[in-house]
This record gives sequence, structure tokens and C-alpha cells, in this order.
Amino acid sequence: MEFDHILIRYGEMALKGKNIKQFINKLQHNVGQKIKEFPDAKVKRTQGRMFVLLNGNDPKAVMEKCKKVFGIQSLSLAIKVENDVEKIKDAALYALRNAEDVKTFKVSVKRINKDFDVRSQALNQMLGGHLLSNTEGFTVDVHHPDVEVKVEIRKEATYITSSIVPGLGGLPVGTSGKSLLLLSGGIDSPVAGYLAMKRGVAIEAIHFHSPPFTSERAKQKVLDLAKQLTKYGKSINVHIVPFTKLQQEIFREMPDEYAMTIMRRMMFRIAESVCRNENILSLTTGENLGQVASQTMDSMHTINEVTNYPIIRPLVTMDKLEVINIAEKIGTYETSILPFEDCCTIFVPKSPKTKPKREKVNYYESTHDFTASINEAIEGIETIKITDKKEIEESFGDLF
Amino acid sequence: MIYLDNSATTQPDPSVLESFQQVSEQFYANPSSIHQFGGTAEKLLKTAKIQAADILQVAPREIVFTSGGTEGNNIAIKGIALEHQSRGKHIITTEIEHPSVYETCKGLEKLGFEVTYLPVNQQGVISIEDLRNAIREDTILISIMHVNNELGSIQPIQEIGEIAKQHPKLFFHVDDVQGLGKVPLKLDGSGIDLCSFSAHKIHGLKGTGMLYVNKHTTLFPLFHGGNQEHAIRSGTENLAGIVAMVKALRLIVEREKKEVGRLYELQAYLVKELKEVDGVFINTSKNAAPHIVNISVPGIKPEVMIHMLGEQNIFISTKSACSSKLKDESKVLAECGFSLERSTSALRISLSYDNTMDEIKVFLEAIKKAIKQFKEAME
Repeated sequence: MEFDHILIRYGEMALKGKNIKQFINKLQHNVGQKIKEFPDAKVKRTQGRMFVLLNGNDPKAVMEKCKKVFGIQSLSLAIKVENDVEKIKDAALYALRNAEDVKTFKVSVKRINKDFDVRSQALNQMLGGHLLSNTEGFTVDVHHPDVEVKVEIRKEATYITSSIVPGLGGLPVGTSGKSLLLLSGGIDSPVAGYLAMKRGVAIEAIHFHSPPFTSERAKQKVLDLAKQLTKYGKSINVHIVPFTKLQQEIFREMPDEYAMTIMRRMMFRIAESVCRNENILSLTTGENLGQVASQTMDSMHTINEVTNYPIIRPLVTMDKLEVINIAEKIGTYETSILPFEDCCTIFVPKSPKTKPKREKVNYYESTHDFTASINEAIEGIETIKITDKKEIEESFGDLF
Repeated sequence: MIYLDNSATTQPDPSVLESFQQVSEQFYANPSSIHQFGGTAEKLLKTAKIQAADILQVAPREIVFTSGGTEGNNIAIKGIALEHQSRGKHIITTEIEHPSVYETCKGLEKLGFEVTYLPVNQQGVISIEDLRNAIREDTILISIMHVNNELGSIQPIQEIGEIAKQHPKLFFHVDDVQGLGKVPLKLDGSGIDLCSFSAHKIHGLKGTGMLYVNKHTTLFPLFHGGNQEHAIRSGTENLAGIVAMVKALRLIVEREKKEVGRLYELQAYLVKELKEVDGVFINTSKNAAPHIVNISVPGIKPEVMIHMLGEQNIFISTKSACSSKLKDESKVLAECGFSLERSTSALRISLSYDNTMDEIKVFLEAIKKAIKQFKEAME
């Protein structure tokens, strides 16, 4: 006996009115993509339900993949058996035994198929007794059970589920367009990307790389973060901008206390140009109000001047600890805290302006022509496609 | 040469050696160094961990690379005992564990821990009922091997895991040094918190091993230092050995899938033929792992037998190599209730996927001849 399918429930999406079909199709597609690596596992829909047919694949492994798909409210491992009391008993016992962290349970039988000759109430009691006498440490609690063993007797078969595993909620990635994530390698930007994806946004990422001041490891760290994000969506194109020359020029030509602000403005200009080339309609950043000097309201006001593309700032009102909690949950924290210098930490002005003014910045920028260096940076962009597949670096290939 | 002592150690696979050499030559940087070269080494280490985790179907951060089975067992048992002694000081293990578990428990007794050693039946298997009865309020650890190294007996790890799950306060450690690549063992979701593996039993190299540490499990480290391996096992990583081990792991799991049936056939043939030989008793039970056959030839000292076969370049062993030097009697066999005559005359034939039917036939002829020769000499 083993779980043979996973029941998928979608919540908020059911509210989406006329678009609902499109959302559900996308969800089905996204789930299908995630379980591609499991031979014969298939995602199906019938009678308003979505489920994954395991066809012999490890239920937990497939479940882990499905749990990371946005747009799912909850999931349950389920067993399909013939409409036969003994088989239903076995399956219910199996379902209960495989529920985790459970002390109390209740059985609820739904007899949709009225031809089935044991009535719901009788089967309820029979199953409850069977479960109690064949397990240890469980008790029945009909009001607040840790788990409800659900038995649904339909025409074609009986379906049994137990634990309900919460999904991530949100909307299927790809239903809300695409955004370009400014990915630095810190704790915040991957979380911002994750939260944008949660609202159905597909993302690409842009990273500013300043070799030799920033190392290959810093770049790799960003690619690793992007890889972690792909687990929640699809492949991510990471645009690596060679930033050394422009950055040095900024710090050489501009007043020290304004260099940071101007550098950020340059980043937004370059990001917007990538958006235009790639048909992306917005930017996403990990900016957060008042966290550090460059993220004051004044800073945001001054930096934002250079683009009229919408900027999604999912973290703008969050506390640092909230952000860290999410980073830990989504598996980016450990990578984010690796201590490599990035382009924002190598040249740090002694006293950056916490209240930079637009007029002043515009004046300083007008005193030097950065066009050539900006264009050079844009032309030098290297785009790396990160997929959620496991890859072994070529030079390591035959070692394993 | 016919090598039938694979439970002591195995021949390193040539491609495993190649990996070892290649990593030693090309990626010798310290993974903790922050330069690019160190970065590459670190990436290789990470890749190795992801590969191993993938094969064992656990999370990469649940793998700790060690120096082998003995170290893994020590880290697990002492680590739990020291970290969680405030919860209780009672440990449950069995009478037939490998010395690296058994002696570790003995050692902890000296530090004030109490240990229950579960008995085994003649098949070398514990009783679930005994285990249930042994669990107390202050039990913090159950440490039970998967496959016994002398007899090949398999413990009901899955059932034990289910029991362990119902006692959230205690941890469950499995020594799977002999089972890896021969008898499947599911880790994730099985109630197992810790599981030790060794590379040189699966055609990897000595000095490398792995310990699975479930993400909810905390350990007091035996080695403090530079916080490598999640601070559970400090010390510069043996990267070449690690990569070689992960390759060995992949190969053995592939061979297990394809060839374990053949291994069972070789074992069955061995047992069938040996049974026919006058004076030979089979100690290994029917439900054992496929690579171990333990027999007794009462009246002939095992050492004599080993040397007689050794002269013909056939290598088997007496008890496990690790305890062979202690005394004549096999503790494992004695615990199973075998007579002194049998427990002092035991021989172990242990197979690998490299052994062939032809080799087995040659061995069978040789052992029959040796027994006959010995008996004639005694008459």
C-alpha cells in the first residue's frame, strides 16, 4: 500500500472570475513542469479537482516539489482503492500511520455513491475502531483532531486522504507578467524576488559585477541564489553587468558623499535598458525604508528619478527580522550571508548623504559624461540562464 | 586471487581512484580559503554534497563528511549523549553492534550513562517487544545497526523507526556501514535521526565516510575547530576522498539496482553447496543481507582454515576484522545462542558485486579440499 496521488487545492484563484481558466491552466502547467523529472508522474484535472498521479514515484519527493508551486492553497497525499470495506480499512490505516506529528484523529466518511452498502455512520465507527486497535499512541478527537482521515466513496472508487499540507498560496508564476530583479547577493533581494513571484510574477535578474574587486565567488553566490529561486518558479535569466569601469569613474569624478546615490541611479538606468531590450515592464528591488543610509525616503526619491518604470518593493515596510525569517524559510539565507564583497561594499564613501537632493545630483551628473561607460556596461552584459535542474559544472563532470 | 573478505574492506574502484587523483592534482586548495582556487574547491565540495544527498534522498545540509564508520558512530552517539544528557542518560543498543558502537556505549557508562543492550535471537535479530519495553522516560538514544557485519542479519529498522517517531524525545541512530549498496534503507521520514556510512566498504577509499544528521538533530561536536561540516566535524575537508566516495556511492547504488539479484544468487549457491559439506554449519539465516555467509567448521581452528585458503590466494576472514584480535570467540555468534564450539570456529565469506560464480566454485572446491586435508591429518 502506498499513496498513489496528491490532491491539490487552489484557494484565492477560485475568486478570479472570468480569468479563472487561464490561472488554473497555468497552475497545471507549472505543477507539470516541476514534476517533469519524475517519470510517469502526471498532473490531471477532473470535476473541479487537480491532482498528481504518482504512478510509482516517491510520494514525499513529488510532494516536496509541489509544495513549492505558487497558487496552491493546500495539498494532501491520497490513496485510491476499490469500493471494498477491507481495502478501505487498510488504506485508512496506512494514511493515519503516515501522517506526521499526529496524536489525535477523526474519521469522516462521505458516501457520494449511495450504492455502497455500508452507511457513512457505520463505516465511520468501523474505521475508527480499526485505526485505534491497530495503532499505538493515537486517540480520537472529533472536535479538534490533529488530522482528519477523509474517506470519500465515489462511483468509480474510494479516495482516502489524511494530512493536509499547506501550500504557499499566491498566484501561479507567469500569470502577472515579468519583472527584472536587482539581485545583489544580500539577504533582501532574493526575498523580494520570492515575494514578487508569489504574486504570479516571472522574474529575470540583474547583477552588477566589479571584477577584480568582486570575486567569482560573489558572482557564483548570486547565481546560487537565483537557482534557489527557480525552485519556486521557472528558469531565471541572470544578466551580469560588468560594472568596474563605470563604478570607478563614478567614484573618481563625483563628490564622495554623492557617489553612492549616483551609482544607484546608474544601476537603475542600466536595469531599465535591460527591461526595454527584454520586454520587461517593471523592476523589483529589496529596498526597505530606513534600513541603511541609501534607503531613506530622500534616497529613494532621488534614485527613483531616473526611471518611470514601476518598481516593486515587496520589502519596503518589513522589519529586518521578518525578511530574515522568509530568507531562512526559502533557503536563501545561508547563501546570502556568505561573506563575499559585492559591488556595493567595495567602495564605501566615508559619509554618504542620507538626504541626497535631486537638484544636486542632477548638477553633479551634468558635469561629466558617463554615456560611453554606461553603453559599454550594457553591451558587455553576460546573460546566464539558471534552471532548477541539477547541474554539475563541466570541469567536475567525470569526477562524479 | 579470489577476494571474499569484502565486509572487511573492498577493492577501490579504478574510476574512484581516478577521481581521487584528479581532485588531488587539480583542486587541492582548501575550500575555506577565500581566493578563487579555494572557491573552486568549495564549489566542488558543495557539488559532492548535493550529489550524495540526492542519492540518499536527503537534504544536502543533512550530510556530514567524516573519516569513516567508526568516526560517524562516535560523533553520533557521543554527540547525542553530550548534547542531550539533560533530558536523560539512558541509551539503548544491541549486544551485537560493531565495536565502534558497543565500546562507545561502554565508554559512556563510565561517564554515568546507563545502557541497555538488547539481546538477539538465533537469526541475530532483536525483538521489537524487547525494544519497546526498554524505552524509558530518560531514554535519549537508540543505536541499532542495519546489517550485522559478522552474520549479515538485518534489523527491522523501519519498525524501530516507527517506534522512535512516537517518542519525540529520543534520537535514533543507525549504523549502515554494512548495508549501504546491499540492503535498501530509506532515511527521510523513516524516524532515523542519524545514520553512519563508510566509503571503503563500497569500493571507495579508507579514511572517508558520511554521517546523515537529520535537520532537527543537534549534536555536541567531538572535534572543535574551524567549523567545517556545519561545525559538527571541524577539520580541513578531505576533498579528494570525499569526491571519490560520492562517485563510489553512485556506482554502488547503480550496481545494487542491477546486480543485487545476482548477489543473492551467489549467496544462495554458496549456502546450498556448503550445507552439503560434512562438518560445515551455516550460521547466517535465510533473511540476511546478500553479501555475507557465516559458517562454522567445528574442530578446525578458523585461523588454520584462513591460512590454508590463503596459500591458494583465496581470502576470507574469521570474525569481523575489527574484533578478530580480541579473543577466539565471536561475541555476535555467542549472543545469538550458538554453542561455544560453533562460536569459536566461525568463518565469514563476504561478497562484492565483483565476485563471479566461477570464483565461488573455485572457493568451494578449495574449502572442501582444505577440510578433507585437515581431517585426514588429524586421523
